[in-house]
Amino acid sequence: MELTPADRALLAALEAGLPLVPRPFAALGEQLGLAEHEVLSRLAALRAAGVVNRAGLVVRHRELGYRANAMVVLDLPDAELEAAGRRLAREPAVSLCYARPRRPPLWPYNLFFMVHGPERLATLRVVHAILMRTGLETVPRAVLFSRRRFVQRAARYGTPAPELRQAAA
Amino acid sequence: MQETAPTLAPAPFEPTPLERALLDRFQRELPLVPRPYAAMAEAVGASEAEVIEALARLQAAGVLARVGVTVAPNRAGASTLAAMAVPKGRLDEVAAFVSSFAEVNHNYEREHRFNLWFVVTAPNRARVERVLASIEARTGLAVLDLPLERPFKLDLGFPLRWS
Repeated sequence: MELTPADRALLAALEAGLPLVPRPFAALGEQLGLAEHEVLSRLAALRAAGVVNRAGLVVRHRELGYRANAMVVLDLPDAELEAAGRRLAREPAVSLCYARPRRPPLWPYNLFFMVHGPERLATLRVVHAILMRTGLETVPRAVLFSRRRFVQRAARYGTPAPELRQAAA
Repeated sequence: MQETAPTLAPAPFEPTPLERALLDRFQRELPLVPRPYAAMAEAVGASEAEVIEALARLQAAGVLARVGVTVAPNRAGASTLAAMAVPKGRLDEVAAFVSSFAEVNHNYEREHRFNLWFVVTAPNRARVERVLASIEARTGLAVLDLPLERPFKLDLGFPLRWS
């Protein structure tokens, strides 16, 4: 699906979130010069096309006590990547799973998955249980827990500014 | 677990039953109707005004980032996951510089030699590369560029376990 300028403007307007007023899509439309029903039908189309993969409450897990965020990285033979990724994706505790390129010699890992938990030890146990169930317990790996969060905000897709914008440059 | 050191982060936010119900049910299914908060209210047995108030409280507490949408990677632009091995003494300075780019939407310290991890998102790949090049030039440190090759599961929210 090709995004129209109006779609990009809509996604950009949504970066800050939907306003907490009774008719938020009408309020959004007012900013964009679109009618409420146009905003809703564009969003439904973006959703149906898979451009928008989630619409709803975007939660900050740390504030709810999910402080131990483990990013697990595996160095899998390329031929096994697809099957392993599919098995991991079926694990309910895995929130994200994807393949990314290796950068040898610095970075040998090609499969990533994410597990959130209330604290470190419990999260590590979940990670180990997942690796056992998926038959990946002997694959070379690293577990990277998050320590500090510097930034978590909506991605910006719609901003047309041609130059890099740097708040503190 | 009660005797842990007082230097730990404060106790997590305790949501009300209505707030929990909203967090449990609407991470994925925002009703795309003219009055979405009224639709949510009906589903959880509250009024529209109560739902709006509850969402505003969650937002004020920092639990709710926003009511919004997430865009599938590389569908509306380009993005990458980037990592840097930053010497300990320079981490604050380098993290602050990385965070200063509007194109950086996640930036975390992780426990590894590669200790700074961030996501760069822009309308196109060329701009992603310019951001990475600016960071390398300014910091003198190499940036690992790890663009998504194949998603198996994308962040669709997850069930919260309430204690």
